[in-house]
This record gives sequence, C-alpha cells and structure tokens, in this order.
Amino acid sequence: MSRRTSAVAVVAAGTALLLAGCTSTARPPAAQGGGGPISVTASDTACDVSAREAPAGNISFTVKNTGTKVTEFYLYDTGDRIMGEVENIGPGLSRNLIVEVPDGGSYTTACKPGMVGDGIRAPFTVTGTAQRSTDTDAKLAEATAGYTRYVTSQIEALVAKNKEFTAAVKAGNVDQAKALFPVARTYWERIEPVAESFGDLDPKMDGREDDEREPGVGFTGYHRLEKDLWVDGLQPDSAQIADQLDADILDLQNRVKTVEFTPVQLANGAKELLDEVATGKITGEEDRYSHTDLWDFKANVEGSQASVAALRPVIDEKDPNLGPTLDQRFAAVEQLLEGYRTPDGGFVLYTQLTPEDTKKMSDAVDALAEPISQVAGVVTS
Amino acid sequence: MSASRPPSTDPSSPPVEPPPTVPPAGGDGGGGLSRRRLFGYAGAGVALAGAGAAIGYAAGASGGGPERPGVVPFRDVHQAGIVTPAQDRLHFVALDLTTTDRAEVQRVLQKWTTAAERMTAGQEVTENGAVGLNKYAPPTDTGEALGLPAASLTLTIGFGASFFEKLGLQDRMPAALAPLPSFTGDDLDPARSGGDVCLQACADDPQVAVHAIRNLVRMGFGTASVRWSQLGFGRTSSTSTAQDTPRNLFGFKDGTNNLKAEEPAELDTHVWVQQGDGPDWMVGGSYLVARRIRMHIETWDRTSLDEQEQIVGRSKGEGNPLSGQKEFDLADLSAKGADGEPAIPVDAHIRLAAAETQNGAKMLRRGYNFVDGSDGSGHLDAGLFFLAFVRDPHTQFVPVQRALANKDRMMEYLEHNGSALFAIPPGVKDGQYWGQGLFA
Repeated sequence: MSRRTSAVAVVAAGTALLLAGCTSTARPPAAQGGGGPISVTASDTACDVSAREAPAGNISFTVKNTGTKVTEFYLYDTGDRIMGEVENIGPGLSRNLIVEVPDGGSYTTACKPGMVGDGIRAPFTVTGTAQRSTDTDAKLAEATAGYTRYVTSQIEALVAKNKEFTAAVKAGNVDQAKALFPVARTYWERIEPVAESFGDLDPKMDGREDDEREPGVGFTGYHRLEKDLWVDGLQPDSAQIADQLDADILDLQNRVKTVEFTPVQLANGAKELLDEVATGKITGEEDRYSHTDLWDFKANVEGSQASVAALRPVIDEKDPNLGPTLDQRFAAVEQLLEGYRTPDGGFVLYTQLTPEDTKKMSDAVDALAEPISQVAGVVTS
Repeated sequence: MSASRPPSTDPSSPPVEPPPTVPPAGGDGGGGLSRRRLFGYAGAGVALAGAGAAIGYAAGASGGGPERPGVVPFRDVHQAGIVTPAQDRLHFVALDLTTTDRAEVQRVLQKWTTAAERMTAGQEVTENGAVGLNKYAPPTDTGEALGLPAASLTLTIGFGASFFEKLGLQDRMPAALAPLPSFTGDDLDPARSGGDVCLQACADDPQVAVHAIRNLVRMGFGTASVRWSQLGFGRTSSTSTAQDTPRNLFGFKDGTNNLKAEEPAELDTHVWVQQGDGPDWMVGGSYLVARRIRMHIETWDRTSLDEQEQIVGRSKGEGNPLSGQKEFDLADLSAKGADGEPAIPVDAHIRLAAAETQNGAKMLRRGYNFVDGSDGSGHLDAGLFFLAFVRDPHTQFVPVQRALANKDRMMEYLEHNGSALFAIPPGVKDGQYWGQGLFA
C-alpha cells in the first residue's frame, strides 16, 4: 500500500480514459463515416438500435440503459466474435462505444440486461471497407489484454495462497503462518497498483497500524496479522481478521474482472511499483514487524516487469533503445536481489541489511525507475 | 473486459485513440522560450520576483556579460564558477559512478553538458521540457525554475581519484589527486567525503541552483548516484574586487585577502594548471578542495569579542588586521602591540594562513555558509563549506591546513567532518563536452 495516495488513487472501472483495448468509451471519434453516433436504447426487454446499417470504419454507438437492470451492449461478428463491447451500464446511464469495423458484412448487435445470457439480438450491416487501424493500435490492444491475463492469473494465485496463509493463522500454527505470510503477499505485491486502485479495499487489506481511519474502523489486513504473528501473538479476533482478508481478496477478484486497463495505466503501474519499492521496501517501512520486505521488493519488481513485458512490442516499435536499457536495469536489480537469498529460497530480513546494502538497492532502483518513467511517454508518442 | 470472456486480440480490434498531445508552448518559431522570456509572459506576480533578482544583478552581485544580464557564459578557456564573481547560493553534489562502462559515462557527460549549457543560459533542460511535451510522460525538465532568470548560474564539474580507478583510466590521473593527508582533529565522515564526480552549482537564486543539480542528478541515474550533497546559502569569499567581503557564521569578514578575478597573473600562478604540471588534458583546469567544516556556533557565541578578534587576528567590525586600521591594510605579522606582544597573535588564524607564513601559498577560496538544521542536541549543524581552487593541493592547501590544524586557536570551535579532492578540467570548447579531453 502506498502511504500517500491510497484514498485518492481511485481509478474505478470503466471511468478511466480508454486508450486501447476492445472498446473505447472515451470521446467520439473526430471523423466518423456518415453522421453522428448510432443510439441504442436498452431496456429490460428491448434493444432498439437507431440504425441497422453503417459504413465501414469507426462506428460510434451511444448506449442508454432505460431499464432497471445493469446492462451490456455488444457488436458481434460471425461466430460471436466480439468486435466491441461496453459493460456495466447502470440503470439510467449512457455510455459511448466506438468500434472499428474495417470490413463490410453482416454483424449482430446485442443488449444483455442483467449481463447474462445471449442477449436481445438483431442483425447489423456494415457497408464498404475501410483502412485498418495501424499495427501499433493492435499491439497496444494486445498489451492491455496480455496484462489483464497476468492480473487475472496473479489474483487466482493470491486467492489460493492466501487461503493457505489464513488457514495456518486460524489453526494457530504461528510458524507456518509466518512462513506463508511473505509467500501470499508476493501475489498481492505484484499487482499492487491494481489493488490500490480500489480505494476502499486497500486500507482494509494493506493498511498500517498508524494510518488514520474513520472512527470505529479497526486495524485489519495483512499488517494486522503480521503484528499478531511477530509481536503480539495471535489474538482472539485473529481468525476473524484472517477470514475478512480472504473475503476482501475475493471481492478484489470480482472487481478486477470489470477493470479495463489502458497502456498508460500499465506504464504508470510499472513505475508505481518501483515507487513502492523506493518508499516502502528499501526503507523497511512496509513489513515493519516481519522484516520480510525483500520478498515484497522482489514481487514489486516482477510486477513492474510484467507490465513492461506486455507493452514491450510497442516500446520496441517506438523507441528501440529503451527496451534493451530496461532489460539491463531489470537484470541489475534482479542480480542484486539474488545476492540476498537465503539457502531455503527466501530472502534475508530487512534488519540484516547494512546502510551500504540499502544504498546499493536504492541506486539500482533509481537506475531502473528513470527509464521506466519514460515508458508512458513512449507508448503514447 | 471480464475474465470470463477472452479479450479480443484480433488485429482488427477497435481503434485506439491517440492521446491528446499538447502543442509546443510559445509558437515562437521553435527557438524555445528561455525561462526568462517565459516569466515575462507569466504576469506581474512572477515578474516581481524576477525583478528582485535583476536588481541584485545590477548592483553587481555577480557575473554576466552586458548582452545577457545574469547569464555567465558556459564555454570559455576555464570552467565558469571559479573566478566568476561568487554568487550567493550553492548546491554542491558528489556522485559515485554505478558503472565501469566508459562509453556510458561519456554519454552522460555529453547529456550533462548540453543540459548545463541550456540551464546556465536560463533555459529549460530541453526545449519546452517542463510542460510542453507529451503529457503522459514525465516532464524532461522538473519545472521549478520556470519563470526564473538565469541568476548567474554556473555549473562546474570535477573528477575524483576514484573516477579514474573505476574507469581504468589511471594513466590519465593527475598525481595531484593523491589523497590528502589526515589532519589533526579531522573527524571525517565517509558518507560526506570523497566521490567520483562533483557538480558545483552556484547562482544568485537558490532555486535555480537546486533545479540545476536536481535535473543533472536525474539524468545520471543508472550511471551515477549521489554520494553526498551540500547546500550553501551565503558566499563567504569575494572573488572579485567588485564584491564586498562577506561574513562567515562566526560573524567575521572572510576572504579579504582572497585571490581575485582581476589578478590574472596571480591566477596563473596559484589557480590554473599550467603546461608541464601534469597531464596535458588538465592544462587550464584546477583542483578543488572541498571541506565541510562544522562550526561550534554556540560555544563561539559565548566567547568575548576580544578573544574572538585575537583568534581571528582581525577586528570583527571593520575587518582590519589587528596590525592595521582598514580592512584591506596588509597584515603586518611583525607588528607589536603596546604590550610588546605581536599585534597579530602567534596562533591567530590569519597569521597561520598567511601566504608569508606559507611560502607564498595562496588559494582561491569560494566557500559558502551552511546551516543544515540542528544536530538533535539543540545545536545548529552549521559552518563553512570550504571550497578552494588551487593549482596544486599538496603544496597550497595541505601545508596551510596542517598549520591550522596543529596551531590555530580557532580549531577549538571547528570540526572538519567532510573532505574531498577533485580535478577540475579546463573550460569546454565549442562542440566539446565536459571532461572530453581526459578520454582522448
């Protein structure tokens, strides 16, 4: 958890500026073939599309939910291949969708009241052909899709590993719980910026004892259990805290399903993970009771690397020098961290580090973070 | 997109909207706004602050040619920031290389040179770097000097002995970079001493100096990391006859007898490295001795005026040597007082440091007062950040410091806790970068 921005860094699903991905709900395109957006009126029982035909190119829809259920709107190609979609449209809300359809032919529109089933479908015809979007756009779309798959896989592992950890807490097996604590956190720390984007979840799961809270809100989550395990001993409510942490992780998993990432978010996430290292791990601030900060350090770097890897084809296209620099600097950080491994595959404790050790780590992270901070600019150039 | 549906990865996926780009500011034909011009556009509130700085310059505070007030030329025979009339503010930083790759270091020196030349001219690190580029990228200029004039900014680079060792350039290392001996009473903190590279930023505006160092450090990440740094808030030497002699934190005028820019022959003798002194690449350069000298302010302040003056060897008000009447009266070391004792005591600071006592050794001192808050026991962590440029540190600085360390009564109030020695390469010629000659 960032110590500074947990409450304000809320980038809620669907509200972010979508630069890529399957759909765009941002501004309508500057040039659209044939008139304004096609309006879609989506009720609980009907899906009225104002035009049944559009020229190839960027096709813009404005979807208004007039029903009582949360709905979705899709444009399908043959075989239900999704050309574009907009999800989570609450009752009374309107959302824009821009779909690039370069080839003429027969397509299908669908509204899905309640976001289930095949939806209310109708045929839709696209005429003529249009130039395809550039290769870069496709690479950016694949970048965000690839990173989404990464986040999904990390959360699945987090759910499972955290259960092992909380089971040990609940069984009163302190030694085992201590061993599993940094393991479970690894999956959390790899995707920390995503988790932090839910401003209400992060303080519950990763808050510190001295954080300011609303009256009546207690110190919960990872660091509360950490303190119980390493300092205070298990408390009467430790099991309850453990259960709550599991529940919060499931909540996170559900919410992440609706998050759509943009290339800029990926790039900024890669940078934020290194900010976390600089402010939370190299200082020993984060895991102040267990001193397992180097595990988190490693996980933050891995998460950053995953973001960069997803964007790498675009980075290579835009700035051929940046990728090799990033490779070299990531390798330097990894090599440095490997020097602090323990024989069992873990890491030495933060308290075993000398000021010279932390200076070296700080230098390596500065060296990496500076080119990483260039990624957002490069992929949007 | 939800996890339950595989995301569309088809190349015909819907469009990506390019981010809005901000057009370059100014539109003045690409010449680039100098920070000064920008502040002209920025409105009265900012202009007022700028005017203060401009008046400071007009009063002769420091350098700048007549065409560009407040701008000290970056390229010259010698580096700026040595005989340049001492500016009011300092940000000094010592860095360690984090690589042994010579080419990488040369690349950073090139980048630094370009940025330094721009910043000393009052420009941003890169054209429109603060706010005029891609808004999704971090600005290439950190922006805190927007609207500020050049403020006589000078940037001066130097290389420590460890620089040559790390890069396998021992054959280029001047013998004059041999380590300084340890002096009586030294309490040197390794974390405040040494360094592979130093960068000295001097300016009449502290924010301009800090901006310069901050941006250069940033450009060096991955190649060099900061070892220590020091801010100075008041010059303690005059390096030009046009400047008044300032006071140090003991309250005394300091640098009355300093070498001055107006004495070129003296500078060639005492400051600038001459042909035959050492490696050719150093000709026109100098050596910089940096010492962080903590002053025990509180005990000094409990010392009587008479004793303070006896310790220094000068009066506190006018600054005259105790053998004379006026500040610039030559100190007569043989003069006797009414009591028959030497007018300037045998252990007075100015006697021990005097060229007559030191076989003619002189230094161009360019130090700054510092106060780095307090020390945790309620005392100011304050003193003099001593900077001296010399042709040979071992014949100029070392004997003087040895004499002071052993005999100077002032030492009771001083603690040297940082020390470094750097080779200052000569000035940068057109088309060259900082230190280029040593790689040749």
